[in-house]
Amino acid sequence: MNRLQVELPGLSLKNPIMPASGCFGFGKEYSKFYDLSTLGAIMIKATTVEPRFGNSTPRVAETSAGMLNAIGLQNPGLEKVMAEELPWLDQFDVPIIANVAGSQIEDYVKVAKEISKASNVHALELNISCPNVKTGGIAFGTIPEVAAELTKYVKEASSVPVYVKLSPNVSNIVEMAKAIEEAGADGLTMINTLIGMRIDLKTGNPILANKTGGLSGPAIKPVAIRMIHEVSQAVSIPIIGMGGVQSAEDVLEYFYAGASAVAVGTANFVDPYVCPSIIEDLPRLLDKYGFEYISECQGRSWK
Amino acid sequence: MIKKEQMKIVSHIQIAEDIFELTLAGELVLAMNDPGQFVHVKVSDGMDPLLRRPISIANINQEKQECTLIYRREGLGTRVLSEKNIEQLVDVLGPLGNGFPVEEVGVGETALLVGGGIGVPPLYELSKRLVAKGVKVIHVLGFQSKSAVFYEEKFNGLGETYIATVDGTVGTKGFVTDVISNNGIIFDTLYSCGPTPMLKALEAAFPDRNAYISLEERMGCGIGACFACVCHLQDDPEGYTYKKVCSDGPVFKVGEVVL
Repeated sequence: MNRLQVELPGLSLKNPIMPASGCFGFGKEYSKFYDLSTLGAIMIKATTVEPRFGNSTPRVAETSAGMLNAIGLQNPGLEKVMAEELPWLDQFDVPIIANVAGSQIEDYVKVAKEISKASNVHALELNISCPNVKTGGIAFGTIPEVAAELTKYVKEASSVPVYVKLSPNVSNIVEMAKAIEEAGADGLTMINTLIGMRIDLKTGNPILANKTGGLSGPAIKPVAIRMIHEVSQAVSIPIIGMGGVQSAEDVLEYFYAGASAVAVGTANFVDPYVCPSIIEDLPRLLDKYGFEYISECQGRSWK
Repeated sequence: MIKKEQMKIVSHIQIAEDIFELTLAGELVLAMNDPGQFVHVKVSDGMDPLLRRPISIANINQEKQECTLIYRREGLGTRVLSEKNIEQLVDVLGPLGNGFPVEEVGVGETALLVGGGIGVPPLYELSKRLVAKGVKVIHVLGFQSKSAVFYEEKFNGLGETYIATVDGTVGTKGFVTDVISNNGIIFDTLYSCGPTPMLKALEAAFPDRNAYISLEERMGCGIGACFACVCHLQDDPEGYTYKKVCSDGPVFKVGEVVL
C-alpha cells in the first residue's frame, strides 16, 4: 500500500496534500509548473451563484511571517465554473473539493446542488468563514446554531460529502465544531484566516482598501494546531488542517495535532512548487520518525 | 517559460539615493524575451518578509546570461535585498508578465518613452530594443529630485533625453507631461511606466494615441493565482470582467484598463 494514502469521506487520496482554496485559483497557473495529478486533491477557489469582482485594491498586505488578504471572493460564478473551470480540471487525475460560498442559505444550497453534480467534484468545502465579505460568509461561521442550520440544508442539497471550513474568529471552536458535526457534516477543514489589519505610516490609513483582511501564513500555524488539537478530540469526523504549512515537518505536526489531511495555502505564493516538494519529502520524514503509513500519525499528540 | 532559480549576484551597487542596481547571472535570463517583464524575488531566506518582491528587468544580456534589476530601497523587503553581496545567491521566479510590444512601432518611426521614478528601469531595455530595430527614441524621465536621478547618460546614449524633477533641482521643474508639451515632442508610439497619477495624466493628454503603459500593484503570487492585483476594464468599469496586472499585464494598451 502507498504510504501516503489517506481515506476520507468522498476522498480517496494518494497523498494528504492539497492546495487550499483561494491560494490556487482553479489550477491553471500552477499547471505550468507541475502535473496537477501529483496532488492529493485540489480545493478550488470559492464559487458563488453570481460572478463576483471582489474588493478594491490594495487587496494584500504583508506581515511578519504572514500576509493579510481581502480579495473578496472574486470568482466567475457558478455557471462558468461548471462550464469551463471544472471540465478543464478533468484532464488531471485528482479529486476536486469545491469551496461553496454565498450570502444567504439559498445561495449556498444552489451552488452546492449544482457543483456537486460535476464528475470530478468529490467533496464540498462549505465556506462559512470568509472574513472579507460584507454579508453572509463569516456570520454563518460565528453562531453555532446558524452554522448548523446551513450545514443541514447544504447536506440535503449536495450529492457528495460536505466538509465545513471553520473560522478561528470564534470564542469556542469546539462548540462550533460539535454543532456542525451534529448537523450532519462529513468533515471539517480548519482554520480559515484570522482577522487582522495593517496601517500605512505615511498615510495613516489601513493598507488594505477593505481595511481588514484575513491573516494567513506561518504566523497562524500555532493557532491552527491548538484548535485542531482541541476539536479532533471532541468530534469523530475527520479534519483537513491548514494554516501556514510550508514543509513536510509542518504536515506531520498537523497530523499529530489530529488532522487527517493537510492543505497548503500562502506557501504556494512564495514557492509555486511547494506542494510537490512536500509530497516528495514526506516519506523521508516518516522514516525518520519510524512510521510506515502517514495515517498512523493522526492524533499522536493526544492518543 | 517561467523558471525558479538561485541566481548569482554579479554586481550590486547604489546608483542614486536609495536606488540600487543589481546584476544577476543564471539560465533564467535565456527565458527573458520582452522588455517590460519582471521577476519575483525572494529577498529573505526566512519568513520575514514572507512574500516575493516584483522587480522589473532593466537590462537583459543573453550572451552573458545576465540581467540587471534596478530597485528603490523603500521597505523591509528592499532593505534586506540591498544588504546582499556579490557571489550570494538570490531566489528568483520569472520572467513574469507581458512586456512592451516592440512590434507596435515601425522602422524609422519615433517612439516616446516616458518614465517616472522607479518606473524608469524597464524603459532602458525597451529603448535598446527599439534602437536596435531602427526606431528613433525620445526619453522623458521624471524624478523627485536630482539625488534620485539615474541612468541619464545611458538613455542619452540611445536617444534624445529630457529630465524633469518635481523640485526643479535638475532638468525641467514639473511633470513629464509639461516636458512633452513644452518641447513640442512628436511621436508615433508612446511607452510608459511610472506612478499611476503620471499614467493617468498621459492617458488624458493622449487619449487616441498608440500608447502602452506598465502598471504597478501590490502582488501576492505574481503568476495570476491569488487575484490580489486585479483591475477593472474601461469598457466595463463596474462589472465582473477584469485583468490581472501580474499575468495579463503589467503592460496594457492605453484605454484597456481603469487606472
